[in-house]
Amino acid sequence: MDKSFAIAFAIGVGAIGPALGIGLIGSKAMEALGRNPEAEGAIRTTMILGCAFAEAIAVYALIIALILKFT
Amino acid sequence: MIPHISIRPEPIFAFHRFIVTNSVLATAVVSVLFILLALYYKIQSTKPKANRSLFFYTVNKLLTEVYTLFHSVTEDKITILFPLLGAFFLFILMENWFGLLPGVGSILVGETPLLRGGAADLNMTLALGVIAVIMVQYYGFKYLGFGGYLSKFFNFSNPINFFIGILEIVSEVSRTFSFSFRLFGNIIAGEILLVIIASLIPVFASFPFLVMEIFVGLIQAVVFSTLAAIFIKMAVTSHSQH
Repeated sequence: MDKSFAIAFAIGVGAIGPALGIGLIGSKAMEALGRNPEAEGAIRTTMILGCAFAEAIAVYALIIALILKFT
Repeated sequence: MIPHISIRPEPIFAFHRFIVTNSVLATAVVSVLFILLALYYKIQSTKPKANRSLFFYTVNKLLTEVYTLFHSVTEDKITILFPLLGAFFLFILMENWFGLLPGVGSILVGETPLLRGGAADLNMTLALGVIAVIMVQYYGFKYLGFGGYLSKFFNFSNPINFFIGILEIVSEVSRTFSFSFRLFGNIIAGEILLVIIASLIPVFASFPFLVMEIFVGLIQAVVFSTLAAIFIKMAVTSHSQH
C-alpha cells in the first residue's frame, strides 16, 4: 500500500512540470507559426526537439516509478 | 494480474564468463542486418541507374532527408560529421523498430524472452551516450586545438569564468546520462505500455499504441542524433565567434 502510493506519487508529481513545459512549447510554437507561416519546417523541428527535452524530465520520474515497481 | 516485466535484460546463455543477454542477442541481429543492408546499398550504388532496385531509392530518399536535417544544424562541418551522425540515426532507428516486431519479446526460452529491443537495455544506451560525448570532445580538440578547447573548462582570467568552467565539466558528464536515460526511458516505457495494454484488452487495443511507438522510435532516433550534432557544433565553435 505504501509502496503503491510512492509509485503513483513519483510519476504523478513528476509529470506536472513536463506537462506544463510541453503545453508552453506547443502554444508558443503555434504563436510563432501564426506570425510567420513560412517558417513551418524550422518551427516544427525545433518544437519537437524542445518537446523531447521536456519529455525527458517526465521519463526520469517514470524510471524511478518503474524501478520502485519492478525491483 | 500483471504480466512478467523486467527492466533489466535477462541472461540467455553464457560463454565461460561472458553472459549473453537477450538485448545483446537482439543488438547483434540488428548489427548484422545493418551491415548487410549497407553492403547491399553499396553494391546497388555501383550498378547503372536503370538496374537499381526500389529499395535503393527508398534508402537514398531517407538518407537525403537525414542529410538535410543535419546540414541545417552543422552547416559546413556536415561532410565530416555525417558518417557519425547518420550511423547514430540509422542504428537507433533500426534498434527501436526491431524491438516492435512481432516475436520480439513473445518468443520465450524457458521463462525469459529470446529477444528484447536493444534500447530497452541501459548498457546499450549508456554505451551510445559515452560514444557521443567522447566524439564531442574529440571534435572539440580537433577543431579548436588542445589549448583552445581546454580553455573552455580551465579559464583563470577571472573567478566567474573559473566557475563557468567547472559547470561546463559537470554538464559534459551529465550529458552522457541525459543521452542514455532519455533513450532508455522512452523505449522501455513504450514496451511496458504495450505489454500492459495487451494484458488488459487482448485484441486490437494495443494497435494505436503500436503506431505511437513507431513514431516515438523515429523521434528518439532524430532527437539523439540531432542533439549529438548540436553538441558537436557547440564544441567546434570557439567562444570568440559567438
